[in-house]
Amino acid sequence: MKLAYWMYAGPAHIGTLRIASSFKNVHAIMHAPLGDDYFNVMKSMLERKRSFTPVTASVVDRHVLARGSQEKVVNNITRKDKEENPNLIVLTPTCTSSILQEDLQNFVNRAKFESKADVLLADVNHYRVNEMQAADRTLEQIVEFYLKKAEKQKTLNLEKTERPSVNIIGKFSLAFHNQHDIAELKRLFKDLKIDINLIIPEGVYVEELKNLPRAWFNVVPYREIGLLTGEYLKKEYGMPFISTTPMGIVEISHFIRKIQKLLVKANYPVNYEKYIYTQTRFISQAAWFSRSIDCQNLTGKKAIVFGDATHAAAITKILVRELGIDVILTGTYCIYDQAWFKNQVKDLCQEVLITDDHNLVGDMIASLEPSAIFGTQMERHVGKRLNIPCAVISAPVHIQNFPLSYRPFLGYEGTNQIADLIYNSFVLGMEDHLLEIFGGHDTREPIMSTLSSSDDLIWSIEAEKELKKIPGFVRGKIKRNTEKFARTNNITKISVEVMYKAKETVTS
Amino acid sequence: MTSIINENLVFECETGNYHTFCPISCVAWLYQKIEDSFFLVIGTKTCGYFLQNALGVMIFAEPRYAMAELEEGDISAQLSDYNELKRLCLQIKRDRNPSVIFWIGTCTTEIIKMDLEGIAPKLEKEIQLPIVVARANGLDYAFTQGEDTVLAALAQHTSNINSSNNIDVKSLPHPPLILFGSVPDPVVTQLSLELKKQNVSVHGWLPTKRYTELPDIREGYYVCGINPYLSRTATTLMRRKKCKLIGAPFPIGPDGTRLWLEKICSVFNIPTVNLEEREKEIWASLEEYLKLLKGKSVFFMGDNLLEISLARFLIRCGMTVYEIGIPYMDKRYQGAELNLLEQTCKDMNVFLPRIVEKPDNYNQLERIRDFQPDLVITGMAHANPLEARGINTKWSVEFTFAQIHGFTNAKDILELVTRPLRRNTILNKLNWNEYNVQY
Repeated sequence: MKLAYWMYAGPAHIGTLRIASSFKNVHAIMHAPLGDDYFNVMKSMLERKRSFTPVTASVVDRHVLARGSQEKVVNNITRKDKEENPNLIVLTPTCTSSILQEDLQNFVNRAKFESKADVLLADVNHYRVNEMQAADRTLEQIVEFYLKKAEKQKTLNLEKTERPSVNIIGKFSLAFHNQHDIAELKRLFKDLKIDINLIIPEGVYVEELKNLPRAWFNVVPYREIGLLTGEYLKKEYGMPFISTTPMGIVEISHFIRKIQKLLVKANYPVNYEKYIYTQTRFISQAAWFSRSIDCQNLTGKKAIVFGDATHAAAITKILVRELGIDVILTGTYCIYDQAWFKNQVKDLCQEVLITDDHNLVGDMIASLEPSAIFGTQMERHVGKRLNIPCAVISAPVHIQNFPLSYRPFLGYEGTNQIADLIYNSFVLGMEDHLLEIFGGHDTREPIMSTLSSSDDLIWSIEAEKELKKIPGFVRGKIKRNTEKFARTNNITKISVEVMYKAKETVTS
Repeated sequence: MTSIINENLVFECETGNYHTFCPISCVAWLYQKIEDSFFLVIGTKTCGYFLQNALGVMIFAEPRYAMAELEEGDISAQLSDYNELKRLCLQIKRDRNPSVIFWIGTCTTEIIKMDLEGIAPKLEKEIQLPIVVARANGLDYAFTQGEDTVLAALAQHTSNINSSNNIDVKSLPHPPLILFGSVPDPVVTQLSLELKKQNVSVHGWLPTKRYTELPDIREGYYVCGINPYLSRTATTLMRRKKCKLIGAPFPIGPDGTRLWLEKICSVFNIPTVNLEEREKEIWASLEEYLKLLKGKSVFFMGDNLLEISLARFLIRCGMTVYEIGIPYMDKRYQGAELNLLEQTCKDMNVFLPRIVEKPDNYNQLERIRDFQPDLVITGMAHANPLEARGINTKWSVEFTFAQIHGFTNAKDILELVTRPLRRNTILNKLNWNEYNVQY
């Protein structure tokens, strides 16, 4: 047993559901107890989805415990098949259901006969992998299934497109600034005159997957989800893939040069150097910004970075190589990918932290006292408590990291966004210190005494106690309303009863 | 689908395929209510993920709850449950020094049959700290029923605490009254005051602000529930503690509050003072809201068991109710509330709503499409998709966390109920109500 109250990566079934619900017309059925369908709330709230999340539960209750699911799972699959007419139904085990050790594969096999949809059992071990690993595996599983199916039906399209084209493996639901990143990637490929063959999985029908091999190559912008699929396509269909993340000026040029190399190798000579030159110096503002004197002030400032492997590594590189900031600690919670991570940041910072224990990260921040933190929501809160500014650069995130406006992290526009994010974090920190040194903005009078002249009114001890129970942000308002009520009713002593009488009378 | 005609109300039961919160969510409000407690949820990453996301910002406030996250070794019994729990509880004792630790059993502890009730008394002695075990799992319960399991367990613990507190029952003007149900302290004060005005004194609450202040509950005491989802607690108090249950409608809405007070007074043979005037006053203060609600229809998808009381109040406000979805319907514990619902429909001359136990969300959505109600009270999984289809929604979870009891808070309920209507009257003028299909 492990004592924990917060985790960076969710349980495996969340990863599976994120992939399944990304595809068009795919339905996921969770074998789970009541209340485990919290995923639907996240889709509907965080992503503000307009459609009903295509995830339902085949509820595990007492009866299932006693007698097994029997027909229940099969019936739920065939029912969904009729109601929604999906192309694929993914049966998703949860950690509860996996200890029941029911033969879910058998249910899937039986349901296949009765339903028009394809039916798959997500191949994920709930006690060994986390959300991201499960998502990575599920995507590979679905891709493999449909390519094999196409092979069997002889509909697999292996003919390469006439012009150079690419598959982007990395558009998911509930991912960090993902929609904007993909839009930015599309723009980048358009600039490079490379067609986009498929972007998977979000928004794609499973039937389209058979066209994957038509692309000249694949890109996997985020290594957490998509690497397995990239490797599979390389192994089976000889498709090269690029897993460099085009985040930050330097990495984007690496990314583009890798593409160039691939195309040259495929007898399609291109030269992107001029493009890189123009974009870096004149289209993106980030390189010039690093050179400007504003940014000089950031030199040697201390920062801590923590997040998933992709974002933490990329941001560390930007801070150190592109802005001259001193990253005193960088780390990731992707423990299973630590070899890659350590290799990426090895000459860039003093210390590397590989952990999924948020307390440890918090303690490190407290003891190292950086000027700014670049982390997840949890680090933001640590920053709040310690009065250190923090910018959120990685999942897990809250609703404010699903912005309506265009906020990519990838590509040249991404470099601008990141530069702003970094600069604003530090400047705010500086401003804060200056204010402290010069004694704040203004001398503030306590709000209570200026806005209500309580000289003629007496608060009983109980009423004052009651008032203190009311949350701070509304306490002042309630005090004022109560006193107003007391004055209009010629009450001089305010008791608890008067307080609530006032609440009842005040119309909002 | 089974249908039972019970006098006039129709009760139905569907497939139980509905969205609700896991009952472990009760730790969110209970750890805040019982200030010297620590809640340990013994479960998996899934439970932790739910709590972390559902409770949002509360997580960052160093809450007095944590997960005992089960690992593969725990599941396959390679590790001893006793030793593992001892290690964690000692750590909690050292770091937080609570007066009590609650163990919240989950689906996983049920399936692997972890004997929490057996381990607790032994460990309690060894670490010198009371342990209360509640099985708030998704196999058996929905959302607010989590509190019910905790309070039922707590009720049995009460005699361990203040046993020395001897009172002479005969000297009191009426037998001791214990109210059960967790509400924020301001609501405790408000309801106690209302009773005081009727010359009824509250002997104690279950739960209290601190575990160490729990009242001694003895044979012959009267108990009364303030929430509709506390049937196990009621049963425990009656059967194990030999208390007498006052079956009343719940003090939600001015109508419910008056009848709740009246029922308690009538049991103690105390004449009520000024109650009807008080109710009238409150209704008068709600006039603005009532204008908005009159003639509007509402559909409860059902997820927190407050549905019957809320529907009853809204019908009294002039609304019609198409359907009351509810996870679980205890017709005995909610008997008085159901009678009041029926009476209210007759008084207001509206049809009796159908009560759908263990609803099927898919079927409900079809019915919503047919009825086109003015308001759907639903969980967050369906709220945005329904809004995109031009249907006004209110998240049901807010009713669980808002202060809704007593005369004083009637306005707060209507503030919640009318918010989508008020907001959407403004937006409807823009004529952009469909967001789910593109032309």
